[in-house]
Amino acid sequence: MSDSKPDSAVSDTLMIEMRQVHKWYGQFHVLKDINLAVYKGERIVICGPSGSGKSTMIRCINRLEEHQRGQIIVDGTELTDDVKNVDQIRREVGMVFQHFNLFPHLTVLENCCLAPIWVRKMPRREAEDAAMQYLEKVKIPEQAKKYPGQLSGGQQQRVAIARSLCMNPSIMLFDEPTSALDPEMIKEVLDTMIELAESGMTMLCVTHEMGFAKTVANRVIFMDGGEIIEQNEPEEFFNNPQSDRTQLFLSQILEH
Amino acid sequence: MSTFEPHPDLPPPSTSVGIVGWLRSNLFSSWLNSILTLVAAYLVFLTVPPLLEWAFFKADWVGDTREACDSGGACWVFVGVRMNQFMYGLYPESEYWRINLAGFLIVALVVPLFIERFRWKLWLGLFILVGYPIIAFLLFSGGVFGLEHVETSRWGGLTLTLILASVGMAASFPIGVLLALGRRSTMPIVKSVSVVFIEFWRGVPLITVLFMSSVMLPLFLPEGTHFDKLLRAMIGIALFQSAYMAEVVRGGLQAIPKGQYEAAQALGLSFWKSMGLIILPQALKLVIPGIVNTFIALFKDTTLVLIIGLFDMLAMIEAALADPKWLGYAIEGLTFAAFVYWVFCFSMSRYSMALERKLHTGHSR
Repeated sequence: MSDSKPDSAVSDTLMIEMRQVHKWYGQFHVLKDINLAVYKGERIVICGPSGSGKSTMIRCINRLEEHQRGQIIVDGTELTDDVKNVDQIRREVGMVFQHFNLFPHLTVLENCCLAPIWVRKMPRREAEDAAMQYLEKVKIPEQAKKYPGQLSGGQQQRVAIARSLCMNPSIMLFDEPTSALDPEMIKEVLDTMIELAESGMTMLCVTHEMGFAKTVANRVIFMDGGEIIEQNEPEEFFNNPQSDRTQLFLSQILEH
Repeated sequence: MSTFEPHPDLPPPSTSVGIVGWLRSNLFSSWLNSILTLVAAYLVFLTVPPLLEWAFFKADWVGDTREACDSGGACWVFVGVRMNQFMYGLYPESEYWRINLAGFLIVALVVPLFIERFRWKLWLGLFILVGYPIIAFLLFSGGVFGLEHVETSRWGGLTLTLILASVGMAASFPIGVLLALGRRSTMPIVKSVSVVFIEFWRGVPLITVLFMSSVMLPLFLPEGTHFDKLLRAMIGIALFQSAYMAEVVRGGLQAIPKGQYEAAQALGLSFWKSMGLIILPQALKLVIPGIVNTFIALFKDTTLVLIIGLFDMLAMIEAALADPKWLGYAIEGLTFAAFVYWVFCFSMSRYSMALERKLHTGHSR
């Protein structure tokens, strides 16, 4: 399944498995027969034209979207209608959104502590200490007492990453994390993500940042029309794309 | 080459600042505005001095009978003589202290809530919502601890107004929130029950609700069942207002971006936790003006209990106006009623504004 070259960070433990997954929005067939296996420590970049189903696919992994046919197994737990399984998986899977989705009525620190305290039942003091560590990791501990509205976009996105990490997830999903940012702020967020990748986190990232894909990813997936058209290690993917659609897409985004 | 010299800051022209500037920009900015200002000033001159003269300068304040009112202004003596009934209704005079004690108690309990550093706010708030009503009921009603029993039909005046309003608010708010959540639910039964409930209660005038609760409900209940009239009125008001509250809250819920729900879900928060911790705190903050609007309407609507024979403050004033000894002082009585209602409603309005400022976190999403 995975064509990745031997990579010391990637183990052979299966983290996510999607088998013949289909999804429809009303009459519209958004995901068609998706088969994907993600191993522990993999950094996967998913790209493709808008409307190709990339976001929908990763949103199925933590059940923000429901798939209608096929199987999704995350860290040994299958996603079904069983709320217990869904809760279990959401605790293991962190997600970073395009528009940050920080909670505006809570301070940065409260944003980070909320889920550990209420979902993981961690004592407040402990949760705050952990949150401060993650805020230091994303390099904004000094903003802990501020409200999200007082931060720049790049800072907010780094807080959002720290907030997800506070739940100590084994998988991180990124849904176009830099698309809503001003150009000068993209780098600080990508740097944070690169550091995260180097720490061995399993990551799935929908993004148009091809530079990020080249440096960080061990596998690039190209989607179009709700299907996985092609997947390969970055070098091969960019230098030697197999399908016409991939070639067309790459020529459109890399040409200027 | 001339070198760059920064300009010093000059004072603004005297006609644009200070009193002159304020007058120019606010009252005399154009010919039309100048004329309107003069007309308005003339109207103020025509109405305000006579009003002040009637209400204060020529008014009679002290005395026990209408003979004391001979200066031609307002006869506040009438209000003064009847004050106890306006405040306590038909409650036995020897037991007024019970109402005073309950009033003092609630003030003493609420004050710490406004102290920034007070740590037990949540528990105190819960006590006020759950414990205090029981204490207040026992105090008002008596029949225990050697207190004389006082029938609810003798409760009245401003006391009754405040009881009805606070019970109405305390009950309609949580019910309204639940109905709002229910109406947005994806579960068809929960949703339709909420919609039917809201649309039913919103479609019926409050006066009908009160009338039905007082006249028709006993017909359906088994013979001999005693169901207190005041309690029925309270339930009627609470259900009626909760329907309005539900729609106000729903407006707030709809204004919360979908991303907030998704972020809460993605962090593994359950439905009730994400509502309680993420969605409702934001939604309710947005609709504070609407909530207070509903509360103010509720406060004033309590006067309608008059038609089912409960004597709230306005009903006590009406009754006093019919007293043959004090005929002809309707204006004083009703002015007093208007003043009391205004003080309460205006306080609520100011409080809501202060609350909005306090909760503002400079958010942008």
